[in-house]
Amino acid sequence: MDADIRLTVDGELHELTVDTRTTLLDLLRERLGNTSPKKGCDHGQCGACTVILDGERALLCLALAVAHDGAEITTANGLAPEGELHPVQQAFLDHDAFQCGYCTPGQVCSAVGLLSEVDRGWPSHATADLTSDPELSDAEVSERMSGNLCRCAAYATITPAVQQAGGAR
Amino acid sequence: MTDLLEPRAMGRDLVRRDGVQKVRGTATYAYETPVESPAFCHPVQATVARGRITGIDTEAAEALDGVLAVLTSENAERLASTDDAELAVLQSPDVAFRGQVVGVVVAETSELARQGADLVVVTYAEQEHDSALTVDHPGLYAPEKVNPSYDTDVVQGDVDAELAASAVVVSHTYATAMVHNNPLEPHASTALWDGSSLTLWDSTQGVHPDRKAVCTVFGLEEEQVRVVCPYVGGGFGSKGTPHANVVLVTMAARALPGRPVKLALTRQQMFSLAGYRTPTIQRMQLGADRDGRIRALTLDVVEQTSRIKEFAEQTGVPARMMYTANARRTTHRLAALDVPVPSWFRAPGECPGMFGPEVAMDELAHELGIDPIELRVRNDPERDPETGQPWSSRHLVECLREGAERFGWAGRDPRPGVRREGRWLVGTGVASSVYPTMRQAQSTADVRFEDGRYVVEIGAADLGTGAWTVLPQIAADALGVDVDDVEVRIGDTRYPIASVAGGSSGTNTWGSAIAVAAREFRGKFGTDPRDGDEASGQVDQADTDDEHATYAFGAQFVEARVDVDTGEVRVPRLLGVFACGRILNPRTARSQFIGGMTMGLSMALHENSVWDPRIGQVANHDLAEYHVTVNADVGDVQAHWLDEEDPYVNVMGAKGIGEIGIVGTAAAVSNAVWHATGVRVRELPVTLDRLLTALP
Repeated sequence: MDADIRLTVDGELHELTVDTRTTLLDLLRERLGNTSPKKGCDHGQCGACTVILDGERALLCLALAVAHDGAEITTANGLAPEGELHPVQQAFLDHDAFQCGYCTPGQVCSAVGLLSEVDRGWPSHATADLTSDPELSDAEVSERMSGNLCRCAAYATITPAVQQAGGAR
Repeated sequence: MTDLLEPRAMGRDLVRRDGVQKVRGTATYAYETPVESPAFCHPVQATVARGRITGIDTEAAEALDGVLAVLTSENAERLASTDDAELAVLQSPDVAFRGQVVGVVVAETSELARQGADLVVVTYAEQEHDSALTVDHPGLYAPEKVNPSYDTDVVQGDVDAELAASAVVVSHTYATAMVHNNPLEPHASTALWDGSSLTLWDSTQGVHPDRKAVCTVFGLEEEQVRVVCPYVGGGFGSKGTPHANVVLVTMAARALPGRPVKLALTRQQMFSLAGYRTPTIQRMQLGADRDGRIRALTLDVVEQTSRIKEFAEQTGVPARMMYTANARRTTHRLAALDVPVPSWFRAPGECPGMFGPEVAMDELAHELGIDPIELRVRNDPERDPETGQPWSSRHLVECLREGAERFGWAGRDPRPGVRREGRWLVGTGVASSVYPTMRQAQSTADVRFEDGRYVVEIGAADLGTGAWTVLPQIAADALGVDVDDVEVRIGDTRYPIASVAGGSSGTNTWGSAIAVAAREFRGKFGTDPRDGDEASGQVDQADTDDEHATYAFGAQFVEARVDVDTGEVRVPRLLGVFACGRILNPRTARSQFIGGMTMGLSMALHENSVWDPRIGQVANHDLAEYHVTVNADVGDVQAHWLDEEDPYVNVMGAKGIGEIGIVGTAAAVSNAVWHATGVRVRELPVTLDRLLTALP
């Protein structure tokens, strides 16, 4: 079964007819040629497909395209104009917060979402005091980045990278 | 001894050349290769652990609108070579393990391909299978060699006499779990067969070895096959040799000439088809004098391989050279089971093989009342105990001493289970690590002067290791030019042959070839070349040294905290010090070390492919249930290294660093957990259930 949807990806509007089984991840990667979000598990377990979906970080592999008519998606490649880098991307470069790079666009988008959540005062499991604004402590960042697996295990450099980007806000 | 290159670019903290593409997500991995109108593949897998296919009904799949081809053993092309049984895909109705490929559906979309695969009905005559590894498995046998070509058994001296003469003997059985590499990028490819030649964009640790295997299997000439792989989303050994998916995607492409096809294994499929580390059982004896001098060391290893293809992990090998002993025995025995084919996983041999011995050293230290560092220092051999050769450099003791200083080891109370902070029992542990410094036999680099810059081409691979960045640093110093004036191109069989990125041998091998090419270039064209001037260099023209034993060394330190009630283990501190010759780029090197150490932490606490011998399958075959270390599992992870250059290994003075980080880490964790709790966990991973009943 097919359905018609409209989707804005990295600022570009697409009018599409999609198989109702198609995930946003496969739609972007296999039909729109946008391979910035990665497929690592297809089950919402690894975080490699994290993007900003309607303002919040989200996993594209768990999102059926038909359920997101009118959605706006920003991938890691859409965070900054070509030739420039988003502060989170710059911080990942500065800290060498990756090796193979496959989880990296998802990590970057997750960090962007994380900083927005912290700005809005969202607590996490690691937040000791729910009455005050969360700070970007090691524990807070690690907890909030733990939905993004990195098999090269760059965690010890990802956390300071996120903190650097957070400090530069 | 070789004349070392003057380090100008080497040793500099340079940002990754492919960094911008990676943080934006525009680095193109194999499956992502832009091609016109691709078709998509989905494998069909065997649902019995052993048996014979009695019927395949593809009618419903073929009737599905959009399905382009259904390949099974009944209609797939006959391969030119089936010598490698793992790659003899769809060649017979026999099923050797659950999850083996029995078909593939190719369709216009990935959704249709998956639906088509579900519609293929395969019936089997199921046979009894045997897939449980036990220490006394009746089928245990001695392989001819262990990976890649080490002796299966080595006996030196009179072990029994030395054990009898020992004041203390530590004798235990240790075990490491079955673990899967699980690179984040699945094993994936895009393939295009144009009727006479194949282009294969494949996620591989070596485009040239990959091409060679494909040519052998399909009976093609090398000129007919181009393999391209600029980026690899991790491999850790599992992409070091091609697996069944590579044959399958090539078959699919050849069934649809002119049509590019894509195949990515699902995460679940990777647990059957992409290799893994065998579980190991390590029976270990350490006999020593009262002053800690080792008299006898024995390590008898039992592990598994698949019935259709042998892979013998060389788990006993590091114990042959690590410490002094008057007598020593190391053996390997395998059980060939109805299981998927095991293969390389980061530091095969050294990684599991430094678990048992390094925990045993900790146990011996406790028995003798000697500090674990001091025990290792007392048994540090002056020469390689196995060959009698001098070391090219061996700075294990310095790693242990510097690590102790940085970690704050001095004044450590050796008693286990006596430190408590709130809910946490606190302990510290140490282990040594080692990895051989290897150079592969074959690699060629070309150097060409082009538009005022030097272009170096070599079909090497960057798995995230930093080769895109580090090889230009080597080339710059070999040519005596600024690193910005050098461009290195890798990841394509259009570039000269290069060895696999494995065994921590890539930089040593490719860098040596580049240095030869640079020398040839300067010899031919001097320092003022003309556009288009070109020279080639092969690694076998580089200086070699057969007189020395060449290894990298390291020491890992761990602080472990164990919850008194739940047995939860946390590791707030993980510190390693390494002696690996010259560090060519401290930025990428640090990432390799901390990545390896963190993967070792993962092995210590989390990773366990839970085998269900009743059905012959990994029960936890996804990333929700196969746990790997996540961000919240790590605390302060530090990697340090000694200022060292080794004049015997290569002109860079550098040893390989990709694997040593994982070696030893799991033992250090287990030792720290023991120091925290008094509970000795000899079987990995160190999970709550192995601690709970014994906690004080």
